[in-house]
Amino acid sequence: MAERERIQKASRPSSEQEPATEAHSGSPSGEKLKAELDDLLDEIDEVLETNAEEFVNSYIQKGGQ
Amino acid sequence: MVVPKICGLETEYGITHRGAEESNPITASSLLINAYLSGLQHAPGSPIARVEWDFEDEMPGRDARGVGGGDIGYEPETHLVNAVLTNGSRYYVDHAHPEISGPECADARSAVVWDRAADVIAQRSMEAARALLPEGQELVVYKNNSDGKGNSYGCHENYLMDRATPFGRIVHGATPHFVTRQIFCGAGKVGTEAAGLERFSVPFQLSQRADFFEEEVGLETTLKRPIVNTRDEPHADARHYRRLHVIVGDANLAEVATFLKVGTTALVLALVEHDLFPDDLALAAPVQAIRAVSCDLSLRRPLRLADGTSATALDLQWELLERCAKYCHDVGTEAVGGAVADEVLARWETVLTQLETEPLSPATTVDWVAKYRLLDAYRSRNGCDWNDSRLQALDLQYHDLRPERSVADRLSLERLVDAEEVRWATENPPPDTRAYFRGRCLQQFASHVVAANWDSVVFDLGGETLRRVPMMEPARGTRQHVASLFDECPTPADLIGRLQQ
Repeated sequence: MAERERIQKASRPSSEQEPATEAHSGSPSGEKLKAELDDLLDEIDEVLETNAEEFVNSYIQKGGQ
Repeated sequence: MVVPKICGLETEYGITHRGAEESNPITASSLLINAYLSGLQHAPGSPIARVEWDFEDEMPGRDARGVGGGDIGYEPETHLVNAVLTNGSRYYVDHAHPEISGPECADARSAVVWDRAADVIAQRSMEAARALLPEGQELVVYKNNSDGKGNSYGCHENYLMDRATPFGRIVHGATPHFVTRQIFCGAGKVGTEAAGLERFSVPFQLSQRADFFEEEVGLETTLKRPIVNTRDEPHADARHYRRLHVIVGDANLAEVATFLKVGTTALVLALVEHDLFPDDLALAAPVQAIRAVSCDLSLRRPLRLADGTSATALDLQWELLERCAKYCHDVGTEAVGGAVADEVLARWETVLTQLETEPLSPATTVDWVAKYRLLDAYRSRNGCDWNDSRLQALDLQYHDLRPERSVADRLSLERLVDAEEVRWATENPPPDTRAYFRGRCLQQFASHVVAANWDSVVFDLGGETLRRVPMMEPARGTRQHVASLFDECPTPADLIGRLQQ
């Protein structure tokens, strides 16, 4: 099975590639996201349903399309 | 014929009745919707009378493939609550779920606004129901597509298409996109519900829905679900239009994901209509591929194509983006939302670049990425396995629409529309489709409207017979067309008189 030839992306202006690196850990906004995630982990147990197992087991949705 | 890609989203929400000894989802859904409608009627100064859905044009058993498709014998449930709202949407009990079918929208951005408005309506419904229920009970609404136990419910999309386009060509073009677009519009899920697989043999996958697709093409929506649905119910002039009913997608919490889901699909369908869809992107085995893509978090797994070559989901998406960009450049964006199409192309390129560089980088725009990052971090911190109940609970709560329990709300997802615009859209229709006409009729003459549906409004003017106003052209009846007409008509009789001139 032949590998498919990759399409040409050379024509893309380089400025449009910048957002790609934005969220990487290491770049400022990537670090910001990671810090936010750490903060969220500190408080997520308060958001979590009190009895997770019972909640998950009782979540049943029949008859959908 | 250039057919504008008018589109709409319909969401079946998950629902639970908490604190009740026994609960029935049909009763719970009815209570939820009735609580909301009753709140509207009792709001101070509200002119709103309750307007019921008109089933005149419902024929979900008709197959786009014509002879040989067969009838699935599905009858609309005409006895359950089924209302039309002033924002042009339909709010009703579908099977055992509350469903909001949004109004017709002219572009992907508008689809995001009214999709968010639907979520706000669901939130207000929960609040209204809370006031009616005994202490300790509440109805909770989830915007997801699976219960983790093999039951799925849909978030369907609809796109207006040219009747002259052969259905086989639509299947050929839509399938590769439907199989691969989940890399940016999947909502993410812990485990697998595919028949014959152990639940946690797949720790996490991109899509809520991929497990439930068993056929390439078909009429079914509740079992043996097909990647391309053949329901032929145009809700418009059938000589000119078809409505492509898309059942393969997930409901999204990330607005950018909704925007891309609708925007890229409208572009791909325009490509198909112009017969510009490349013939070398067909997959050898779409049903296996849709599951393989969903289960591959690396996004690197090659898929077999019909011509014997192979490509990854990212390769196919890059190719579709390139073709759609060329289409917009050569043909123009008139039929695909104008400037919104340019934004779709830019965001499509951004998300593919991010996913290619580091699949977990679009953390504020792609639901599965946002969910996975949180769950994986929780797993690391607490030293638990993927089968831990707390991870499954977080998975479900990602989609919980109660602000105090919503996980998605806490993940800094990028917003495309502001809260004020969404609040406005809970009461007002999109200005640039026939939904405007429907919404204005309800805003201005609700007490004289007996029923309404996608393609007509029925008035009772007090005479012997009811008067049906057909709306067979989805692009007509816009604010530009009819706003001054409504302004000049103090009574519905005036309106109908003027329409007949």
